[in-house]
Amino acid sequence: MFCEKSLKLIKELDRSQEAMPPFDDDGVRQVFEEMRGLYDQNVAAANDTTADPDGTAISGIAIRHAALERNKRCLLAYAYNRILRVRNMRWQFGPILPHDIKANFNEPEVQWFNNYNICVARYFKSIGAHGLDLTADVKPPKSLYVEVRSLTDYGKLELDNGEVVLLKKHSTHLMSRAQCEPLITQGVLEQISN
Amino acid sequence: MEDTFGDDDFFSDGDGEPITAQKVLQTLEEAWLNEKFCPDLLPSQADYVECMMEQIQQMEENVNKLKKNDFRVEVHHMELARIRYTITSYLRSRLEKIEKNTAYILEQEALRGPENSYLSEGELIFARDFLALQENHCKQLVLQHVPPPFQDFMPTQQSLVPNLRSHVFLRAKKDVDGVVIEGDRDSRDEEVDLEENSQHIMQYKPIANFVKDGTIQLI
Repeated sequence: MFCEKSLKLIKELDRSQEAMPPFDDDGVRQVFEEMRGLYDQNVAAANDTTADPDGTAISGIAIRHAALERNKRCLLAYAYNRILRVRNMRWQFGPILPHDIKANFNEPEVQWFNNYNICVARYFKSIGAHGLDLTADVKPPKSLYVEVRSLTDYGKLELDNGEVVLLKKHSTHLMSRAQCEPLITQGVLEQISN
Repeated sequence: MEDTFGDDDFFSDGDGEPITAQKVLQTLEEAWLNEKFCPDLLPSQADYVECMMEQIQQMEENVNKLKKNDFRVEVHHMELARIRYTITSYLRSRLEKIEKNTAYILEQEALRGPENSYLSEGELIFARDFLALQENHCKQLVLQHVPPPFQDFMPTQQSLVPNLRSHVFLRAKKDVDGVVIEGDRDSRDEEVDLEENSQHIMQYKPIANFVKDGTIQLI
């Protein structure tokens, strides 16, 4: 059947449990080959004007054309949905991604990520007079302070009010939410209450 | 809340009419809810956002002047955190729509012309950059490898279009007469009147304009 391979690409991406599965170069290449084959057949059939007494060639061309369109659509959907994941990671982790995740990007995706960073940063800067980081304040504030546990030996951290706390591994602190939110996303702190 | 803004904080909108910080916040909160529940992009309230951000900064300065163990500090900080969340959440939901329906939104924006722009300047730049980014990516990864007749990037055909027929919860802020609900194959068009403060569930499309002019609030 036509288009099976392109459908498989999408299904596998959808089913994968990983945050970012590796790019299926081989699968994509096979779809390209299928498309090229279909296209060549169509060109040959269209140029062959002699033998088409009952219109079968026309139907064949129509079916192959539809298959080509569908393949294209599936490939674009595959590329787009991977990009969506990249995009969500930008919002989750910030402009610098952990290495193990980035390892599964292919070259155009790395480029896309870098350019997207530029776009987003430019937009954040344009808000208001001094700019605003929209990746902060993601959750509605329930309480000002949250209890957090330090997951790493982070060292000293100066708070907004000038106090300095020492973040040692396994130590717990009561800190203002605004201040520890970025540290939680970076994986330095872990929230333990509410 | 009334305490966070002094009573003497006045702003001027375009018509020279003074509005209070309270009013700005209320407008923003309404815009935020509308934007959150609306399938389509609504006109930008960038002026209010900017105004509120200046206000936040001023309030932060005021709060910092208070003594550290003054219990009011906590209350004010909480209030500021809430306002900040409202603003970022509002702008985020707009940005998500722009990313999802980029081509559609840019197309609509072009039809409306620059005077009736729904996007703020920054958002417009972002939308254009984003579309170019998508196009470049599709070309690099897919389109340049497929047979020539299939290499076109057709943004308006390939990108998603918001479903204007999706249902929304709403409350009429004033009496609204003659909302036309389009019929389908089995029923004819129907007109309904919405009473002030009544709540309804209906498709977004017939009430889109009332949401934009503020007579209907999405909830």
